[in-house]
Amino acid sequence: MHQTPKKRKATKQAFPQSKGEPANLKNLLLYGVLMVLALEFFRRIFVFLKAGDAPEWAIFLTSILWGVLGIWVLFYLANMITESLQERWRGLVVPWIFAGPALLILAYYLLIPTFRTLYLSFFDGSGTFIGLENYLYAFTSGPMLESFKNNLIWLVVGSGLSVVAGLVIATLADRTHPWFEVTIKSLIFLPMAISMIGSAVIWRFVYHFQPGETQIGLLNALLTSVGEVPQPWLILQPWNTLFLVVILIWMQAGYAMVIFSAAIKGVPSELLEAARIDGANEIQSFFQVTIPYIRGTIIAVTTTIIIFTLKIFDIVLGMTGGNFGTQVIANEQYRQMFEAGDFGKGSAIAIVLLLTVLPVVYYNVREFRSSHQKAGF
Amino acid sequence: MGTSGPSKFTIQQKGVKARKKSPEYRLLGSVLIYTVLVVLALLWTLPTLGLLITSIRPPDDVNGSGWWTVLFNPEKVRLTLDNYRIVLGLGLDQVQVNLDRNEGDIQLLKSVMNTIIMTIPSTVIPIFLAAIAAYAFAWMRLPASQFLFTVVVALLVVPFQIALIPVLKDYNVLGLNGTFLGVWLANTGFGLSLATYLLYNYISTLPRDIFESAFIDGASHFTVFNKIVFPLSLPALASFAIFQFLWVWNGVLVPLVFMGEKQEYMVLPQRILQMLGTYQTQWNLLTAGAFISMLIPLVVFLGFQRYFVRGMMAGSVKG
Repeated sequence: MHQTPKKRKATKQAFPQSKGEPANLKNLLLYGVLMVLALEFFRRIFVFLKAGDAPEWAIFLTSILWGVLGIWVLFYLANMITESLQERWRGLVVPWIFAGPALLILAYYLLIPTFRTLYLSFFDGSGTFIGLENYLYAFTSGPMLESFKNNLIWLVVGSGLSVVAGLVIATLADRTHPWFEVTIKSLIFLPMAISMIGSAVIWRFVYHFQPGETQIGLLNALLTSVGEVPQPWLILQPWNTLFLVVILIWMQAGYAMVIFSAAIKGVPSELLEAARIDGANEIQSFFQVTIPYIRGTIIAVTTTIIIFTLKIFDIVLGMTGGNFGTQVIANEQYRQMFEAGDFGKGSAIAIVLLLTVLPVVYYNVREFRSSHQKAGF
Repeated sequence: MGTSGPSKFTIQQKGVKARKKSPEYRLLGSVLIYTVLVVLALLWTLPTLGLLITSIRPPDDVNGSGWWTVLFNPEKVRLTLDNYRIVLGLGLDQVQVNLDRNEGDIQLLKSVMNTIIMTIPSTVIPIFLAAIAAYAFAWMRLPASQFLFTVVVALLVVPFQIALIPVLKDYNVLGLNGTFLGVWLANTGFGLSLATYLLYNYISTLPRDIFESAFIDGASHFTVFNKIVFPLSLPALASFAIFQFLWVWNGVLVPLVFMGEKQEYMVLPQRILQMLGTYQTQWNLLTAGAFISMLIPLVVFLGFQRYFVRGMMAGSVKG
């Protein structure tokens, strides 16, 4: 961990937050009581919402007001309570009032579950300890081996082509008229806003196959128009995984493109000019100037897309449900949890999923530690 | 489209002297670039265009001819909003003629409301909590803050699938399963590390002088947060808000796990997933349903694109 420099500490002491005054007991009591009342009020609304027998619009408005305003009211009351404390106590308590809720929620929803899931992974569906048996399943069973193979395809082809497509489009678009550039980039960026389930509808229609003459799916219509036989794309093993990966590229290339585009515009023109004076052509200066210059961005974008790809779930669920040899790790976990009802196997698979992103976690933390220093008041 | 004008523009813009190449050669390069980009943009747009056109055609036409025929034979085209009436459950008496009972039950309007109820608090709560936490990490004397923040950064990449089973078990005990509160909190928990990280990146770069003078004037941390940090961070807050909004609106795993299968609480992605199973080849209904689920995110996305891009830059391009 980084040591806070001595100098910083001295600066902090130079700015006392307020004069030492005694605790305001009257206020403390008042806001304490208000806090209790507020909590009780929220509990009652919660019961009202859960019962769900009020008219729809009433539930709708209450839910949103409750969810959005509730948190503000609680923070305000916590503020007033700490304001009534003695200054010495306030200095200790206030930072935790600020950072505490977020840290507690993060701990409960991500940190502690990691260990609980690890623990659960040693038990079977009915709660009997079975040691590493679930991991035997997670590493050797047919569906899991299929998932590993497919996740690797998603990772290499999907993440790889998303990054390459983004880079190519950003580079080419950079050389066009600004108006044209904006239009093209908006069109390619748009799928980012579409849900994976929405994309599944879109692409199932593109790949639609119907026996008979008329093909209403775009791809099969193209095939028949050149005199070929229409294909049932989604059950065509082993290629069908690739047809699903196309959807990922369609959704992610726009993301990569937008970030690369900004980075490419940041490459100093003197560097490119120098390369050209030295006789480099377009392609040479792209690989020897632009790429090295935006290397950091390329790594960051690739990392984000890799993490996203490893967790891929919705596309497979919406397109094939994981059938016809298209299963992936995250979907197999879902299947074990909710179709087979085996929380043990589901947990072991979740741990495997975590293991696959662990190198990225390590890289991220190292990167962060080397680039951040801190000081506070 | 491809003239030498645009390429001349690029060169001037970059301050690079024109290379010693013939104008024909440059024109050719330009034409090639424009052609490739137009082809790519078409490839990216056609699937969605097909969805839109199909959603406004009567079912017989959808199954009888490809959607692209609408573009080539505009005089024979029949367009209708019946598909939307059916999936939304609106004005069904007008389309009752050839509708079987199941189709009348889709009622996406209810799911639209559910999705809004799920999404707004799931967006606002994490932003608020993350902003105050980011301020604490950046400007307060928080014990072990470097360590704690490293944990936040590490959690940034932990897949939330890891938490589904333990949290679900607790929800079953607490009675939070199948409630909006449960989903709000889950979405908050899963989005909070990214939010804290992005907002920290922004809030920690605010000029130190502002804080120093505020504290000399006797301001408390609460005042500083409300009067200085919050207003100054609005662009960063907006960029994360769009992130989280799209992510929650479009997510299917969290509602699938924590909301369960109750029809009256289903959100849009769940409903579309269900329709994919039930109405496998009724493309007129599937496409109308999918378009409804895309509409609000698309509006938000197009309206706030600038902030969204800025937010992504903060997250992925490390100074």
